[in-house]
Amino acid sequence: MTTTTGPTRITGAVGTAHTRVEGRDKVTGAARYAGEIPFADLAHGWLVVSTVARGSVRSVETAPVLAMPGVLTVLHHGNAPRVDADYIGLLGQPDPIVGLFQSDRVPCAGWPVALVVAETSEQAREAAEALVVRYETEPHDIEFTPDRPGTYTPEPRETMETDKGDLERELAASAVVVDARYSTPEEHHHPMEPHAATVRWDGGRLEVHDSNQGSKWVADELAKLFSLDPASVRVLSEHIGGGFGSKGVRPHQVAAAMAATVLHRPVRVVLTRRQMFSLVGYRSPTTHRVRLGADADGRLRAFGHDAQNLTSTVKEFVEQSAGFGRVMYDADAHRTANRLVRLDVPTPTWMRAPGEAPGSFAVESALDELAERCGIDPIALRARNEPTAGPVSGLPFAGRNLLACFEEGARRFGWAERDPRPGVRREGRWLLGTGTAAATFPAGAAPSTAAVTAQPDGTFTVRITASDIGTGARTALTLIAADALEVEPGRVQVRIGDSDFGHAMVAGGSTGTRSWAWAIMAAAADLREQLALGGDIPPEGVTARSDTSAAIAALPEKERHSYGAQFAEVAVDTTSGEVRVRRMLGIFAAGRIVNPLTARGQFIGGMTWGISMALHEEAVRDRASGAHVGPDLAGYHFAAHADVPRIEADWVDDPDVDDPVGIKGIGEIGIVGAAAAVANAVWHATGVRHRDLPIRPDRVLLAGTGAGPDGSRRA
Amino acid sequence: MREFGYRRAVDVPGAVALLGADPEARFLGGGTNLVDLMKSGVERPALLVDVRELPLDRIEVTQDGGLRIGATVTNSDLAAHPEVRRRYPALAQAVLAGASGQLRNMATVGGNLLQRTRCGYFTDLAAPCNKRAPGSGCSAVEGEHHNHAILGASAHCVAVHPSDMGVALAAFDAVVSYETADGPGELPLDAFYLPVGDTPHRETALPPGALITAVTLPPAPVAALSRYRKVRERASYAFAIGSIAAALDVRDGVVHEVRLAFGAVASRPWRARTAERALTGGPVSADAFAAAADAELAAAEALPHNGYKVTLTRNLVVAVLTDLAEEAAR
Repeated sequence: MTTTTGPTRITGAVGTAHTRVEGRDKVTGAARYAGEIPFADLAHGWLVVSTVARGSVRSVETAPVLAMPGVLTVLHHGNAPRVDADYIGLLGQPDPIVGLFQSDRVPCAGWPVALVVAETSEQAREAAEALVVRYETEPHDIEFTPDRPGTYTPEPRETMETDKGDLERELAASAVVVDARYSTPEEHHHPMEPHAATVRWDGGRLEVHDSNQGSKWVADELAKLFSLDPASVRVLSEHIGGGFGSKGVRPHQVAAAMAATVLHRPVRVVLTRRQMFSLVGYRSPTTHRVRLGADADGRLRAFGHDAQNLTSTVKEFVEQSAGFGRVMYDADAHRTANRLVRLDVPTPTWMRAPGEAPGSFAVESALDELAERCGIDPIALRARNEPTAGPVSGLPFAGRNLLACFEEGARRFGWAERDPRPGVRREGRWLLGTGTAAATFPAGAAPSTAAVTAQPDGTFTVRITASDIGTGARTALTLIAADALEVEPGRVQVRIGDSDFGHAMVAGGSTGTRSWAWAIMAAAADLREQLALGGDIPPEGVTARSDTSAAIAALPEKERHSYGAQFAEVAVDTTSGEVRVRRMLGIFAAGRIVNPLTARGQFIGGMTWGISMALHEEAVRDRASGAHVGPDLAGYHFAAHADVPRIEADWVDDPDVDDPVGIKGIGEIGIVGAAAAVANAVWHATGVRHRDLPIRPDRVLLAGTGAGPDGSRRA
Repeated sequence: MREFGYRRAVDVPGAVALLGADPEARFLGGGTNLVDLMKSGVERPALLVDVRELPLDRIEVTQDGGLRIGATVTNSDLAAHPEVRRRYPALAQAVLAGASGQLRNMATVGGNLLQRTRCGYFTDLAAPCNKRAPGSGCSAVEGEHHNHAILGASAHCVAVHPSDMGVALAAFDAVVSYETADGPGELPLDAFYLPVGDTPHRETALPPGALITAVTLPPAPVAALSRYRKVRERASYAFAIGSIAAALDVRDGVVHEVRLAFGAVASRPWRARTAERALTGGPVSADAFAAAADAELAAAEALPHNGYKVTLTRNLVVAVLTDLAEEAAR
């Protein structure tokens, strides 16, 4: 059939609520994930990880294990295929942990030392648990404390440190000074779907079914690792059960590819929860010193934020907490620094709102302390310190709707009726309090390509290597494409998660939807021009392709960010230490909201994670072994349903007429400021500042009674 | 996971015989703890003898007015039983404070008493642990012991018993009935759990191969006014960091009878008899409650990071007894 494609003028798909296009497949189980796609002749690999925190592998005693039922091979540093992890990928140097089994060195507990492959998953696991690995051990050091020996400023120094004016002089001249230290513990991201890959060689191509945040990204990295032509690696990732920064190239794909190469048959490797604690990255513990100096009316004269985190001995990863203040607050003197110490631990990585999540806890807590000391409402204090240009960059803001968020949030939360005095509201055994905090996250974009095809039947197919990691990206892109093509969403099919579709940004850094939308809109515009010329659509369709590299490079330099205002009400029992969040409200300014249904889910998900960050999450390491204690979801607590109160998220208009897309990412900002809002509410309830997360019952109890040590849990 | 056999027992003698025939056999109740331990390699049974089909799933009022609770009664059924809720409300509350709805539908009364500690070192095969590997040492004493024992522990083990239900049972003088190949027997809960000493791997006084058949609660009118309160690190689905089962009978402004048991402080549910003695016959006041708690907790030996439990337990005694006294006065 042919059609004269004068598309009906239907727009407005973007901005109205749509359920997920693949929702039915997901809830009926028809959607297949990387660890459950059926393959003939499939073998199963099980990783073995180190039990020592520093040293080397002396021997891997494979013989008894190879004699066990079903065992096919044991790969380790003595026999594994060679890979090269010394490369720079799309997002920099990989975690050297993906250079699997290339040396006998063990730089941390939980480091992969062997892969056992067997006919069944159960056989592989039993054999892996039976495998004896002997080590030469060396003394390890996992002690993370502020300013400890070995703390340094990484390169490039100019991005790690900023310094304007004379901080000490302005502090000395300030009527009010806050000088406080804050900390956040080691935190982990555990998507519902664990990391999983099924790998086979198919006609000379490495075919990888994998759970990741960017299938082209992973394909390119696997090509580099195995020294293959990029065209000979294909990564397919149709459905992904969460990522949060943890799902790039990781040991499971490398292990499966090695085994598939050695055994000449498909191999699947799935990580366990326990393995994920050491193999997929995490958020480093952080410490902060925040120094604020202000005039009596709250105007900032001095802003100082010194943030520190740890990394492994094998790679630098900086949790850029100090970046938060470079966007949010200006002062006559402004100094920020991200510093680092290398310890015998796994390498941290991006975890939801890397930098901004811990950075906002420290700075937004300190702002609340400043408001208290100045006797100013916390929102008024922020309004008084709204910068007119980037505090460090000096660049203009491409819209800055922070105060609109606070105004709308204050109205809906009932902030005006708030009595600022702490510790004066009681309801039975509970002390009640409210708190607020600001949020921001960069609104970036990265070059992407897309192809949009008009079919003779009047439908359209979009091909783009986007990833739907549970955010609803596939649905959002369908709406964006429909509006760009001026057709109903039902006539658009969006195909994603296939590295053969070409280069596109990963689902990360709140850049995915913005970057992909840009590419789709460009291709759609081109296609409509082609179709406007008239004529029949041939059977293979008419395809337009886009590459946004030039357009993104041409974007004027500005401070481009999302903003938000977080509000929380808590109840605290200081005799038991229990803290309950009663309600939360987040109001965001995050560009054009594509799908209100899934957007609300992302905001609320981030805010819920903020509750966890404030009250629950903390991975604990054993000083003697250097390994985690209780690394599973029974031992690592996060908010249960009963901890999650009525949470509302909404947004204000945030137009940017100069922006070609008008869409900002919303994956991260929901968590930013959320923990500070809760902590500030705990202060308002009890009169006690909690500067160390999580705000555990023992900390509240001891602070409330003034008894005993600080309840520190670091073993 | 090691491959294992599975047999379903249909009667009590058959279950005991099946277990006795294989030294590496274990009884399987709801499996809510045992199966987890099998996955982590702490337990590696050769045979599981499933006892869920045994006719031990009844709750009966005894002739003297107590309750006899079959060993395979699920936590959910126990908490919902009208006689439990009426006569021993703290027991129903304790059960509902534990785990999740799904787990309570599976977990059994007998299995609950025999569940193992959730100490992170116990479930980590790479870590020294005297309870799992006798003689290997205790990692928690100088390691992570935030949620470890303050009462009745030893240098060999500072793990706590995780049960909520057991705390209420301890307060109400429960008696555990069991069956062995040599015949039946019973143990009061006080004698059921062994002192830690230098044998933390030996947890109960049950004879080898014994099958718990029932838990009997003697009549306790005081229990009609009772309460269980649990503090944990999130609102639900976490083990206690402090808990208390309490019952109070006030007559003429004086404590006529009181029951107190603590959770999350010891290797066993901790019956606070010293506090009970201090309170009995005395005044009903926050000061008296605090003094009694202090008397019980005078024996507490805190480690560097679990001292808060002394304060927490004391506060819980005062808070819960105060609530009960107010309720009694109504």
